[in-house]
Amino acid sequence: MRKVEKYHAIKVDTEKCMGCTHCMKACPTEAIRIKGGVAAINANRCVDCGNCLRACPVNAFYVNHDTLEQLNNFKYRVALFPSVMIGQFPDIYSEGMIYEALMKLGFTHIFEVEQPISLLIDSITENVNSAKNKPAISSFCPAIVRLIQSRYPSLVDNIVPVKAPHDLAACYALDILSKKGAARDEIGIFYVSPCSAKMAAVKNPVGEAESIVDGLINMTDLYNLIMGVISKEEKQDTSSLRKNLTHDGIVWSLPRGEARHFKRKSMAVDGIHNVVKILERMENGEVPELDFLELKSCHQGCSGGILLTGNRFLTVERLQKRSKRYAIASQNEVSDFICRGIKDKLRAAPIQPNYVFALDTDRVKALEKLQKVDRILCQLPGIDCGSCGAPNCHALAEDMVQGDAKMTDCIFLQNRYLNENKITVAKATRNLEKAWGKKRFDADCNKKGGRNEGF
Amino acid sequence: MNLEFDIVSGDFSMAGRASSQIKKVLKQLQVEPKVIKRIVVAIYEAEVNVVAHSLGGKLTALFDEKGIEIELKDNGPGIADIDLAMQTGYSTASKQVRNMGFGAGMGLPNIKKNTDELAIKSKVGVGTTLTFRNYF
Repeated sequence: MRKVEKYHAIKVDTEKCMGCTHCMKACPTEAIRIKGGVAAINANRCVDCGNCLRACPVNAFYVNHDTLEQLNNFKYRVALFPSVMIGQFPDIYSEGMIYEALMKLGFTHIFEVEQPISLLIDSITENVNSAKNKPAISSFCPAIVRLIQSRYPSLVDNIVPVKAPHDLAACYALDILSKKGAARDEIGIFYVSPCSAKMAAVKNPVGEAESIVDGLINMTDLYNLIMGVISKEEKQDTSSLRKNLTHDGIVWSLPRGEARHFKRKSMAVDGIHNVVKILERMENGEVPELDFLELKSCHQGCSGGILLTGNRFLTVERLQKRSKRYAIASQNEVSDFICRGIKDKLRAAPIQPNYVFALDTDRVKALEKLQKVDRILCQLPGIDCGSCGAPNCHALAEDMVQGDAKMTDCIFLQNRYLNENKITVAKATRNLEKAWGKKRFDADCNKKGGRNEGF
Repeated sequence: MNLEFDIVSGDFSMAGRASSQIKKVLKQLQVEPKVIKRIVVAIYEAEVNVVAHSLGGKLTALFDEKGIEIELKDNGPGIADIDLAMQTGYSTASKQVRNMGFGAGMGLPNIKKNTDELAIKSKVGVGTTLTFRNYF
């Protein structure tokens, strides 16, 4: 197991966190435990999918990002954003109005990242055609790539080693500006992210020394800023900024946006829990022969991104309508605007497995731990209540064999020990406070949570 | 360390339960992914065999530091000609089973391909015991 903590984007605001179990139960990699009354994320396990943000009733999770104040440090200020951003706005705001609002906020150049999508399609197709391991799995969604690295290491070789649209778009933007004579340090590239996973991937790309972008903007923040300055009529024609945008680019991040290029020998799955089910079956050899498998962590693809504001289905609807006004990618000439050497830049570093779920690197020890887990499970109630601060009884047993938890962390066992006079009430209370914090068990009519969280 | 699973005859919806559970354990032991894949495919095939052809049975998985041993013991009807059953494409599966996408006669040959050691004992009217071993 790796001891070095890897970078991940999602953080817990311990002031806001009230220590419930919503996030812990929603996490697909069992990366969350409750300690001292607040959620703690295991960085090695976290894939930044954002399900915890969605589940949190008090908005206690956040992702690190930059502010627009940093725009002032640059002469040329580039907004790079995925097309889904347009989709979240109500229909009354045209794409032109949104572009104008971005200019008002201080950006000098605006690029939707899916503009050079035909290059990406060509590159992925080449990879798929020559792939030794079928189906080739899309590398588009960073949460899925990380999920495969940790939970499905046998499938890492199926991932297409092609970079994401934002890498290409950043390269494109830099090229255009440098042709106009701008120096690199005069250009500020700001990526507007629809989710925590892309945040982490842009901030800390696999196999690269540094990120290509200068700033990361949270899409929710930008939405609010745009809504503050947007005007209800178009004053200038910004359509030339979108001349390279295509139908295929706009729908790329929606379900089947990638898979549609591989027709019937492809499949698209959205929602990380659905993805888990498909990958399990794929490992068992139960998935039919396919060329390409598109996997997206969020339901309805990036339209369901956690940093988007609109309803995901309305966003899909608007994007689909919008895409019909644009030409399809193959009819669009991209070669004249793409920087030289981009083909090499498209290739991402090979993806390595990350065995975070192994109990021990030493197999004899791992086997001993496994047996111990089995024995501990005989003692635990199997209710999976989460009162110990772990998502289920099995996870608690695993924590115990790793030395991170004790038998008395289980409230049911504790009750048994109390009855058997093995521990004192004072000790039992201290144990509970360890997971849930002090004063958590006092009556409090103003406490957060516990109300209106059902139907 | 061992795990046991009951396999019910005709319950295709549950075929794959044992292989999924065993896979989880193999991952916790950090077994080489390619080795896991072979083991899981072999177990899944074997599970389907018991579901499709037998009157039900039991799967036992034994783990040690060197490898895994799987034993599938069913309650009949037994295989009359084992050599024939081992041939690719040979199947006694009913039309109903074939319509469900099983019974192509690939089961036993596929298990053999994915295991390091394989033994099969069968007595008509009593049952079949399939044992295989894979090294980590």
